[in-house]
Amino acid sequence: MVAHADTRVVHRGGSKINFRAPVITQDSRFLICVSGECIKVFSTSTEECIHHLQGHKELVTGLVLNPSNHLQVFSCSEDGTIRLWDFTDGILIRVTLLHLKTPSTLHSVPGHCKKFGLVSLNLPPSVEQHVMVKGHTIVFQSVSTDPKCIAFGQGVRMHALTHSLTHSLTHSHTVFGFALGTSGEMAARNAFTCVACHPKDDCIATGHGDGKIRLWRNFNQEKEYTFSTVHWHHSGVNALCFTPEGTNLLSGGLESVLVQWRYGQEGQKDFLPRLGSSIKEIVVSPDGSLFCTSHTDNKITVIKNCTKVSAVIQGLVHGDGVKTALMVDPRTKALVLNGKPGHLQFYSLQRDQQLYNLDIVQQEYINQSNLDQFEVVKAALDSRGSWLATVEQRSAKEVEISLKLWAFDEHTQSFVLNTTISAPHDGPISEICFSPSSQNSTTLVSVSLDGHFKAWQLTQPDPSDGKQSDEEASWSCDFVGDYHSLEPKCCCFSADGSLLAVSFKEVVTVWSPASWDLLTTLSQPPGAIQDLCFGRLSCSKYLLGATDKNLCCWNLLTCSLEWSTALDVSLLLADPLSENVACPFLFVFRPSEPRPHFSQQALCTGRVTRAVFAPRDEPLDGCEESSQWLNRSQLYFLTHNMELLTFLTKPEEERLMALSKQVAVLKKHKQEFLHTSCLLFISLFISQFALTLSAIMTLVLSILT
Amino acid sequence: MGEFKVHRVRFFDYMPSAISAMAFNVHTERLAVARADGTVEIYNFADNCFQEKVIPGKDGRTVEALCWAGQRLFSTGLNGEIVEYDLENLRSKYTVEAYGGPVWTISSNSQGTQLAVGCEDGTVKIFELVEDSIQFQSNFDRLKSRVLSLSWHPSGTQIAAGTMDMIRVFNVTTGETCTALLQMMVDRAAGANKKKEVAVWSVVFLSDNTVISGDSAGKVQVWDSQMGTLIRTHLVTKWDVMALAVSRDESSLLAGTSEGSVVQFQFISARLDQPDKEWQRTRTLRSHSHDVRALVHTDTAAVSGGNDAHLVVRPFMEKVVKGSKESAPCKITFPHRSLVSCGKKAGILLFQFPERLEVWRLGESNENGIPGEELSVTKKPEALIHLKRKGDDHICCSTLSPCGGWLAYASASSVRLFQLQYDNDSIALTKVKLPKVLRWANQLCFSADSSRLFASFSQSSVLVFALSKSEAKYVHTLKPKSVSKQAVHLMSTSDDGQWLATANSDCEVHVYNLKKLKYHCTVPVYGSCPSAMAIHPTGSNVVMVHADQKIFEYSLEQKEYTEWSRSLAKKGLHGSWLNRVAPVTHVSFSASNPDYIILHDMNMFCIIDKSLPLPEKDSDLCNQNQLRSMNEAARVKDSHAFKICEMFKNLLCVGLMEDHSLVVVERPLLDIATRLPAPVRQKKFAT
Repeated sequence: MVAHADTRVVHRGGSKINFRAPVITQDSRFLICVSGECIKVFSTSTEECIHHLQGHKELVTGLVLNPSNHLQVFSCSEDGTIRLWDFTDGILIRVTLLHLKTPSTLHSVPGHCKKFGLVSLNLPPSVEQHVMVKGHTIVFQSVSTDPKCIAFGQGVRMHALTHSLTHSLTHSHTVFGFALGTSGEMAARNAFTCVACHPKDDCIATGHGDGKIRLWRNFNQEKEYTFSTVHWHHSGVNALCFTPEGTNLLSGGLESVLVQWRYGQEGQKDFLPRLGSSIKEIVVSPDGSLFCTSHTDNKITVIKNCTKVSAVIQGLVHGDGVKTALMVDPRTKALVLNGKPGHLQFYSLQRDQQLYNLDIVQQEYINQSNLDQFEVVKAALDSRGSWLATVEQRSAKEVEISLKLWAFDEHTQSFVLNTTISAPHDGPISEICFSPSSQNSTTLVSVSLDGHFKAWQLTQPDPSDGKQSDEEASWSCDFVGDYHSLEPKCCCFSADGSLLAVSFKEVVTVWSPASWDLLTTLSQPPGAIQDLCFGRLSCSKYLLGATDKNLCCWNLLTCSLEWSTALDVSLLLADPLSENVACPFLFVFRPSEPRPHFSQQALCTGRVTRAVFAPRDEPLDGCEESSQWLNRSQLYFLTHNMELLTFLTKPEEERLMALSKQVAVLKKHKQEFLHTSCLLFISLFISQFALTLSAIMTLVLSILT
Repeated sequence: MGEFKVHRVRFFDYMPSAISAMAFNVHTERLAVARADGTVEIYNFADNCFQEKVIPGKDGRTVEALCWAGQRLFSTGLNGEIVEYDLENLRSKYTVEAYGGPVWTISSNSQGTQLAVGCEDGTVKIFELVEDSIQFQSNFDRLKSRVLSLSWHPSGTQIAAGTMDMIRVFNVTTGETCTALLQMMVDRAAGANKKKEVAVWSVVFLSDNTVISGDSAGKVQVWDSQMGTLIRTHLVTKWDVMALAVSRDESSLLAGTSEGSVVQFQFISARLDQPDKEWQRTRTLRSHSHDVRALVHTDTAAVSGGNDAHLVVRPFMEKVVKGSKESAPCKITFPHRSLVSCGKKAGILLFQFPERLEVWRLGESNENGIPGEELSVTKKPEALIHLKRKGDDHICCSTLSPCGGWLAYASASSVRLFQLQYDNDSIALTKVKLPKVLRWANQLCFSADSSRLFASFSQSSVLVFALSKSEAKYVHTLKPKSVSKQAVHLMSTSDDGQWLATANSDCEVHVYNLKKLKYHCTVPVYGSCPSAMAIHPTGSNVVMVHADQKIFEYSLEQKEYTEWSRSLAKKGLHGSWLNRVAPVTHVSFSASNPDYIILHDMNMFCIIDKSLPLPEKDSDLCNQNQLRSMNEAARVKDSHAFKICEMFKNLLCVGLMEDHSLVVVERPLLDIATRLPAPVRQKKFAT
């Protein structure tokens, strides 16, 4: 196992753009949002991504406009740096390294090592590109990690924080804590969720888990404080924001409705409903003309004039989990996977943008827990991208399944429902796949836990019928196969479509799709087969099978075991453009030789659940041997917490760096430096184990006056 | 002991009357509450909101508004009269006709020298208070429509009057509209109700010349009375704002709405560092299901009452000490005196309504069951008598003799005595003439052997009558050796016929020796009013429970507190006993065990076993359920004197009958709620 320093695992697209609240620039022309390790600048009018601000080595955790220069933005990241960017030109101006790992810091906050603190830093005015900041003062010792729970009102005069049930507030370094009732059935639901400060008046708005919004006033006294309550949301308030003049209060939550309350006359409110999904953050542009909501389905909506959705920036939807395998649409080269509930999303990897959503279930989604709803559990695309097969399933008391086949319509450039087969099997379908044959007669094989596999074929309506055939071609069952009433698990077509392998427990059966004859059976006990895969190109005589304990390779010419090795593999991936087969965690090998020519362990934290080879537009010219397998296709994989990762080879990285440097050199004369000293509030995370500060979570900034 | 056969009585369909007006006297801390049937109740806020006095109503007299002028209480109603009440003898003192049609509102100036009334014909009339009467002084400029609300400026020179569609400010001395101010026109509701007039139900005049109004369009509006301009409008409800109340320091305002909610406004500054203040809407208190008709803002609490007949005291948490008794919210639905009398020996109950009396015979059952089991009734409870009262005055007290043979009731104008004769199924009711000397009574009571009737009269005196076959003969008048003029609200005789004890609202308990027919002693006066009292059948001890939940036992023979009472005072009562809100309304004793004291309040009944140790401070007071699951030894160790049963709720009476069965009279609040008219329609989520 050699360490391969020349390839690196990176977040590649699909990162959460809703991780932190976006920032709208002073002139409302740009929207800046975090996106994994980089920062993206979008145009608010065209939805186009204008710049990728790359430079942070870890997750970016906060963004704020430079108050002294509205063309610059600060960002902070878990790598311990604060960077200042010029977002109009997309260049890095300055890197501030935070030096917070001093032991004295730890001694000053005993007993709070697991909690986040809010600290203020003095950023020295400097012309250097790399600055080190040492001193900081701790404002609060335990705050929530979520920046929604920290708000600053009227310069640095006061700021409010929420954590769990107390609501504390500092007013020139005196701290007030306000708690709500902690007993009874109310207490479980009235936890603070978010906070906002009125820009002009001394009024704090807090959102609560039970959907109420409280407006606190007169809070400079421990006892005489007072609050009023307004209630519209039926579940927790996720986001609160005052408009810049303080005339309106915006709130949002699970209902995906933006509620606009009149400040001072909270009885009057306006609604902007049907925003698609639960609202996570609300931001208002400094001139108050644009509202911006970020949603849980990785979407940012730009709302103009309080009433009209003017732009939608949609990232990769991170749903409850990917039930379907990852697929690449041959037409658009887009990644196809589960999106919103009941939908499939087509996501362009090149442009890092969602192309479209396909509504599979075509039923209203009811936002309620404990409700069994239809889910898209399987999907398959044929080799030319003209057919899409989906399986949706609802497991209420009985399992309800339907198989849908979608034809690609050249006219609308979208998939159109062709055939719906309800209850295609008696049990859950474990796999579907299309035969790769290039003729018109495409075959779909579905494998179910009811003990059968079925072959489905497109049948043209009989022209001899005499009637004018208004009917289109539709799909019907062609063959039902089983093997000793064992449960089949997976199926796979050979590259030319002449063979079909179906695994029944420990046994692999090989069928001829032309005649539906059982050609041979292969088995290598013990252990049920988890995945099957035919070799490609020069290795097409090999059939690979993965069991719990072994990886086996059969030679189909001799019908005998070529090699096997003890390896826990659950997923086999064949690169369609080369002989390479990958099995995450990660070995890449050719079926012809039982020796990996690339291996890397500990790719990322967590288990890799889904992966796919995406063909490159233009192959990389071969360089080092160890990264040659990435020349023709790129391997994308999803971790259990829905991060889309990929391998980046060194030449690629160098090329990217060269590009960004070029820009930097060209625009260097434009750089400006800070002239005022700034006070930065950063909440720090002190790690539980190493007792060092390892991450900076939030960045909030206000001018010292 | 421990096991009882319980008569769970739910056929007393007592219906509290809607609260129509309230007035709070800051100096004496007395709250006067007027109900729709004309009853006026006085609550003492210095003594745990104890219902100290009840002035019974009268047919044809409604109370629209109440006001205190010093110590004097006035009311007006739609019959066009102004009534002053006699708070010592609990009746109306005199009535004065206002000659302006129905009177909607009454208000006195802060000095307590003048009264202003608003009439249907659009006039505001000023009356001057003279000793024992009021005198008409002047009429103001007549307005176009009825005057619904009035408020004096604290200086007493100006009055704000709310009418239909507008508010007018008068100069008191000239009776003219103030020169600088024309009139403040209140906006009508938007939309379909545009044509409907807006009634200004309530106005408040503040010392900084701000007028705040609440109207039928659901608005609370803040006006500058000098300029006559509108400063701010708060739309509070879709329905009416019925009542407004302002705190004494004018920093907080309450508005009661038809939806049953009370909205608080506070006078606070928008920026903490700036002095400019404005009225901001803050809390919303929801304690009523129906219209809030009357509101009072005390220094520490919001007191509200309305059509659902509950009197609700909601303390402001920032004004009270957390965990103290003051901080407990309190909802008063039932009167703090008994409306039920038990004929112990005969198994008969007497229910008192304002306009009638009902006599019921309890059901019977032959079965015996295990605890918690429901027994089948062999003989159903039976209504024996419906007795309608004579005259216009409502019944103020009634009583049934223990044998069930005598029945007496009193109103403000008459006292009537009846003899009941049971003849298997039929009942004969014969009226017995009482001597003329008894024109009215505050309390009535029969002796244990039904041979005497005691009636409390003015100045805490008690008249004794001897009852024979069909005759009542005046025997004697018992007079206390004190100067208190307050009315007696509790009266109790001992079973052996030797003692009679009376309690009045000056907290005095007088004891008379009935054998010698003379005054015996006065129990040392305690600061809180006794809410229930009884004399022990054998021990000659009087047990008193006070409104602050303290319990005392006083020996009549030794004329001192008993040993047990002193040990109880020394140890102090348990914290959760003292923090109960509802006062104990009835005390009785067990015939089988002299150590038992049975008492109850609205939410529980309790048997105090004097032979057991008193509960420790940190132990659980209500531990009956835990004890049941313990073994014998632990049970003995953990049991204490207070045995509390919370199985029955909303209790009006708990009485022990002669056959050792328990009568529990319940009136579920839900039954009361279902008989109320439907509340205003409100949009509720998911309906």
